[in-house]
Amino acid sequence: MFSNPDLQKLLFGRLTLDAVPLHEPILLITFAMVGLGGLAVLGGLTYFRLWGPLWRDWFTSVDHKKIGIMYIVLALVMLLRGFADALMMRAQQAMAFGPNEGYLPPHHYDQIFTAHGVIMIFFVAMPLVTGLMNFVVPLQIGARDVAFPFLNNFSFWMTVAGAVTVMASLFVGEFARTGWLAYPPLSGPAMSPGVGVDYYIWALQIAGIGTLLSGINLIATIVKMRAPGMGMMRMPIFTWTALCTNILIVAAFPILTAVLAMLSLDRYVGTHFFSNDLGGNPMMYVNLIWIWGHPEVYILILPAFGVFSEITATFSRKRLFGYASMVYATVVITILSYLVWLHHFFTMGSGASVNSFFGITTMIISIPTGAKIFNWLFTMYKGRIDFDVPMLWTVGFMVTFTVGGMTGVLLAVPPADFVLHNSLFLIAHFHNVIIGGVLFGMLAGITYWFPKAFGYKLDAFWGKMSFWFWLTGFWFAFMPLYILGLMGVTRRVQHFDDPSLQIWFVIAAFGAFLILLGIASFIVTLVVSFLKREELRDLTGDPWNGRTLEWATSSPPPDYNFAFTPVVHDHDAWWDMKKRGYVRPVSGFSKIHMPRGTATGLILGMISIVFSFAMIWYIWWLAALTFAALVVVTIGHTFNYARDFYIHADEVVRTENARTALLAERV
Amino acid sequence: MTVRILRTLLLLPVFGLLSGCNMVLMRPSGDIAMRQRDLILASTGLMLLIIIPVILVTLFFAWHYRQSNKEAAYEPDWHHSTHLEVLIWSAPLVIVIALGALTWISTHTLDPYRPLSRLDASRPLPKDVKPLVIEVVALDWKWLFFYPDQGIATVNEIAAPVDVPITFKITAATVMNSFFIPALAGQIYAMPGMETKLHAVINKPGTFEGMSANYSGSGFSRMNFRFVGLDQAGFDEWVAKAKAANKPLSRDAYLELERPSEREPVTFFSSVAPGLYGQVLNMCAVPGKMCMHEMMAIDAKGGAGKDSHANRARLEYDNRYAERGDEGNAATVGGSGRSSHSPEQPQGMKPKSIAPEVKPHSGADHSGHDHSGHATGDATPAAPAGDGTKSDGTKSDGPAGADPVAPGQLNK
Repeated sequence: MFSNPDLQKLLFGRLTLDAVPLHEPILLITFAMVGLGGLAVLGGLTYFRLWGPLWRDWFTSVDHKKIGIMYIVLALVMLLRGFADALMMRAQQAMAFGPNEGYLPPHHYDQIFTAHGVIMIFFVAMPLVTGLMNFVVPLQIGARDVAFPFLNNFSFWMTVAGAVTVMASLFVGEFARTGWLAYPPLSGPAMSPGVGVDYYIWALQIAGIGTLLSGINLIATIVKMRAPGMGMMRMPIFTWTALCTNILIVAAFPILTAVLAMLSLDRYVGTHFFSNDLGGNPMMYVNLIWIWGHPEVYILILPAFGVFSEITATFSRKRLFGYASMVYATVVITILSYLVWLHHFFTMGSGASVNSFFGITTMIISIPTGAKIFNWLFTMYKGRIDFDVPMLWTVGFMVTFTVGGMTGVLLAVPPADFVLHNSLFLIAHFHNVIIGGVLFGMLAGITYWFPKAFGYKLDAFWGKMSFWFWLTGFWFAFMPLYILGLMGVTRRVQHFDDPSLQIWFVIAAFGAFLILLGIASFIVTLVVSFLKREELRDLTGDPWNGRTLEWATSSPPPDYNFAFTPVVHDHDAWWDMKKRGYVRPVSGFSKIHMPRGTATGLILGMISIVFSFAMIWYIWWLAALTFAALVVVTIGHTFNYARDFYIHADEVVRTENARTALLAERV
Repeated sequence: MTVRILRTLLLLPVFGLLSGCNMVLMRPSGDIAMRQRDLILASTGLMLLIIIPVILVTLFFAWHYRQSNKEAAYEPDWHHSTHLEVLIWSAPLVIVIALGALTWISTHTLDPYRPLSRLDASRPLPKDVKPLVIEVVALDWKWLFFYPDQGIATVNEIAAPVDVPITFKITAATVMNSFFIPALAGQIYAMPGMETKLHAVINKPGTFEGMSANYSGSGFSRMNFRFVGLDQAGFDEWVAKAKAANKPLSRDAYLELERPSEREPVTFFSSVAPGLYGQVLNMCAVPGKMCMHEMMAIDAKGGAGKDSHANRARLEYDNRYAERGDEGNAATVGGSGRSSHSPEQPQGMKPKSIAPEVKPHSGADHSGHDHSGHATGDATPAAPAGDGTKSDGTKSDGPAGADPVAPGQLNK
């Protein structure tokens, strides 16, 4: 570009035109599709004049409901990317045998499996969980918003910034080829001098800020903002799991931040925390990343457990069996999840006593988890189970997750782990619990709370299609992997010599195809339900005959959630209110104090994208500039005194009267 | 005893169903792997005691208490039963206590660092047996094995006599790998600057697969080796074959071997420079570097204080690749000048290991681009004269002059 290489380096760091992979057909097609899709979306927004509403009502909104929905939209978009990676891996492994090299050379395949893991955990599962908690928790505890509404919006945009950074690596440069946890020395500067690991680090650091802040926010919300009368032991189980998850987030994510910061120092300023040089120790990284990594697993699964508890009780038309034991089980899992991290590397040469200790603590976690399964079981017992879509997911989960739990305990036996570690058996296990647990839970939760968010139910036929495709697809995709693991086949392999393995990979690829149909059916569900929304409309605000407070308000809830803060007398507050003949107040409304929207979160997020891009490509002037901008905007925001407003009493009356009319019409 | 009964019960359906495929973990050939298999089966059996009822009851409850079954009991407010609570916490607890005991004992008896106590289930270890020592080094992307007692070394193939205990000492030169022979015993990581150990024995003659189980860079998928179980005579013959190779593994030969390469052919070295494994383990095979044990000795005495700055350059090991032009194994952009997503072979890959089945368009021409001049061509199939001869000079492969063969096409 410039004849003077020094000038070019000063201006663009290590970024050159070559970094754009114009010679990769797969990426070019992706480019074109993303470009066309993006143009279509932008065109649609302009045509339907949606820019204004999008900006006012969504992007700059501090409403926890809007932010929760945006998190879930982000997760679903990233699910498509992560799943495209999965399909590419399955296709490669199904064909790359003997003389056939497949279509992905190692340098590409290795990026794909790394990106798949990173995206699915950080940008699909985490936003799903955070989004659902954001949407549901304040409603469940009878609050008007979260404790720190602006922080919530900022957290969301930081997560988006992380996701954009990962996506940018597809089109400019490359992504890490290290596996999703980027073990050094492979991820160190000597072995991975490219930009891949830097993309990884900055994407996780920026998204990690969002996750941590949203964890603090939700803890404060749950601890300080519960409706009067809702003692800790009257909180809905989902709120309990959300509380425990956020405690885990606040305790665990700083470790990830610290360990990635040390890796960055190794890569940027030549320290030797984790290199082979000058007494650095890569084992330290492995320990630290798993001290974050294992709680992370429970950060994801606990809210799913909460969702299943709500759904099982609601659809069995019965009070949850063993509420107290459910709460204790959740708390015990929270604590124990910090005592098991070493089971991820029994094979790195720890002594037998250390290995046994961590193996046995891991098994102990299965006791509270087992208690939870039993509690759901006995909630169904002597119930009247309505097999609507959320309940199907729940039963599918109970069967699938139990199997995954069993293989997990098997992997916790160190000598068994010595042969199963790093094998496809391990891959099958954690997909078994993450798909069968987290993903089923989140899809169940989305189906369950969708009418609350949008005022109409999701179409049941397509919902069932999605469920059955996911369920059968999961079993087809991962049972062969269990078998392959027992055949001694290990993970992250791009090419195989033994042709007798191929049939199993073909079956697994078929399973992935079924899951594709499951995802497609889910998208169809959203579209069909939108088209049939008048037919599926829920006017009551309580379409499932629910038990917890979120069903007490309208669907979708007004901005202020509750015109009067509800008063709680028992566990399952809304069920209790219904039973005692609760009459909805229709007069006496007054003005409501609300937080005001702001664009600061979005601006900070966008600047963070540029900052991370500048850091990744060594464009130091831009990094300094954007960092200064981050500081200035943050300080500037502290002078923003227009932080709140009142919803006028007249407007509250109007809204509530409209609802009164609707409810009367229905009767 | 219950363990044995459980095992027998489990084996029948498992093998019945899957007799079609070769599940090496379920039918291993070494005693350690066999005991690990028994443990897998016993633990699975123990857990199935609770898992199968739970799944069956889930399905039964789901079906029986469905909305349309008005016959079924319905008690909407029933939510507590102390008896059931005790049961649901204690049933898993009992299983975990049993499994925990099994875990504690088996983790100690099957500790890879623990010398063997038996040859197999029916034979104790003979009194005067001397274990075969094999020193293992994971390189980018091949395995180097030293036989200190035999004085030989091999690449990508090891042999051991049947029913003789083997002591593996394992390390790596650059990044983490995992040394894994599924038919013989469980895996253990190979890590730079550290030594792990594995004790095992092979009970059946045969050729078995070995691999790296931990991802280590672009050549990882082909980082496989052969493990051969032989009778004593066969093993002696195998050692003699290595000795006859008449190819010494000097320190220079090691440094050449160490450079990144993929699908390295099986190679035998008739002799080994003294102390080479120790130098590799201590990361001082490169002349001028300080050995880890020297550094540790200094540290043990309280460290050298400010004087340790003088040792700094001697303690930097990873830069040897950059210094001699071997690019890091995930490099694309970085200092190499190669473009991102480039299909070009990384700089510094040893061309001799490229057994090229080159696709016509790639036009590989070794003679034109051999930047290191060491392609002695010992086990290398000839360059594809048929399709690539005219391409000399027609490709400009960047400032590094890297070989234009894509890594994905290297390995045939």
